[in-house]
Amino acid sequence: MAQVQTKSVLDPQRIRADFPIFERRIHDKPLIYLDNAATTQKPHQVIEALQDFYTQHNANVHRSVHTLGHEATVAYEAAHKKVARFINARSWREIIFTRNASESLNLVAYAWGLWNLQAGDEVLLTIMEHHSDLVPWFMLREHKQIVLKFVDVDDQGRLRLDQFKKMLSERTKLVGMIHASNVLGTVNPVRELVAEAQRVGAITLVDAAQSAPHLPLDVQELGCDFLAVSGHKMLGPVGTGFLYGRRELLETMAPFLRGGDMIETVTLEGATWNELPWKYEAGTPSVADGIALGTAVDYLTQLGMENVYQHERELLDYALPKFLDLPGVQVYGPHDSQDRVGVISFNVAGVHPHDLAGLLDEEGIAVRSGHHCAQPLMNRLGMDNTARASFYIYNSKDEIDKLIAGIRRAQRIFRV
Amino acid sequence: MDELGMERLLDHYQDPRNYGHLDDPDIVYEEGNPSCGDQLRFELKLADNRISEVRFSGKGCAISQASASMLTERIKGQTLEEVKTIDKDEVLEMLGLEISPMRLKCALLPLKIVKAGVYGIKGWPGEDED
Repeated sequence: MAQVQTKSVLDPQRIRADFPIFERRIHDKPLIYLDNAATTQKPHQVIEALQDFYTQHNANVHRSVHTLGHEATVAYEAAHKKVARFINARSWREIIFTRNASESLNLVAYAWGLWNLQAGDEVLLTIMEHHSDLVPWFMLREHKQIVLKFVDVDDQGRLRLDQFKKMLSERTKLVGMIHASNVLGTVNPVRELVAEAQRVGAITLVDAAQSAPHLPLDVQELGCDFLAVSGHKMLGPVGTGFLYGRRELLETMAPFLRGGDMIETVTLEGATWNELPWKYEAGTPSVADGIALGTAVDYLTQLGMENVYQHERELLDYALPKFLDLPGVQVYGPHDSQDRVGVISFNVAGVHPHDLAGLLDEEGIAVRSGHHCAQPLMNRLGMDNTARASFYIYNSKDEIDKLIAGIRRAQRIFRV
Repeated sequence: MDELGMERLLDHYQDPRNYGHLDDPDIVYEEGNPSCGDQLRFELKLADNRISEVRFSGKGCAISQASASMLTERIKGQTLEEVKTIDKDEVLEMLGLEISPMRLKCALLPLKIVKAGVYGIKGWPGEDED
């Protein structure tokens, strides 16, 4: 990742104009949307792509010889191709559309894990994982008696690489790692981790839900076997996500869900599977949403992912010192913008995160409060819940000033 | 914002009534709010079919903590039959603040716990009827 400090070329004011939701007022104030780690807002291009599909091209894919059927099929495949280019996959057949990163991670647990793991095999995860990269492996611990191991973080929330190396062995069959923490913003050195895991012959799975939307990603450079992404956290429609899988694995693995469109032939004795990626996309897919995810990828590609990363880094460099200067405010995770995406988790002494989020909402400011679906990490760092502000391409320094003012107002109301 | 209502809420949040534990309680029930991880526990002591002592404990936001604190004052000395009649509207009136729809769960968590304890089942008959 480039560490050169360049001036951001993104103009949040111009970008905002592409997002119809910013015309809305919340409690008669302009919307300041800082809950991007949960889901991002959608540009009009994406919304229009949905409209365009239903008004111009609506048909099922891979079935019909008529014009609409052909157009829908071509557009849906083209969206896979856009996503493949976005993460530099060798082939678009390595891209499986899912509903979200959770489904992508479950696909790996069911289609690879269930068939390849035996009792006593080890799966190495990090304590930073989102619940969606923990709970599917719990299933295999119960069902197949596999052993789960968890790499710890240091008190600043950086992964303990020394421990990671020690926990790897020939028993390790899969290593699952979150690329960027949705709680701390920490970016893990995935390339190094993947290389280490490969030395013991382990399969590697990267949860890129919080990295793919925020920094340039290249699966060939990372070298991972699987990579899970949420489309709706990168301007795509809700209900979209994808899994990248190395073709050699996808071709030999068992299917995930079974049904329409994923088969080649069926007799009463059995079935053979369709070609990639359709083998893993059973039933009629969410065609319009998938096509609109392609439009979201176009939008980000046009901005340039290096610019997206630099813009967020600039916001972090602006926001972090202000947060650290606030009396009574504790910031979790690394206190600098090095190897970090635009997520700030924090607590205000004497003000519960839910109350803070409620008071900020009165100012039109949307932040998340809670445990962020990462309870083991929260427990490890000694926090029950936090408030979380997460940035994206349309956020500005002016909005960070308003967030800080909102926090001070909450402190005045609670007299702390 | 309603200054007076906020004042009362803060008073109960920062100085909760009947906070702590009882020796040998007759009814104990606790439950959390999975969206925020908050957990509340109520302990009741009965004498002559009335609630003679009540304590609550646990962590939570100002709304759930104040609601719990106010509820302990409301149910102390009441019969279990009387406690069963307390409803959502009464709790909201007791809080005396406008509660946004997103925060209703926080405001009603203490009542949910007390009723579950009193009825001996998770939730209570008619809980979801509105």
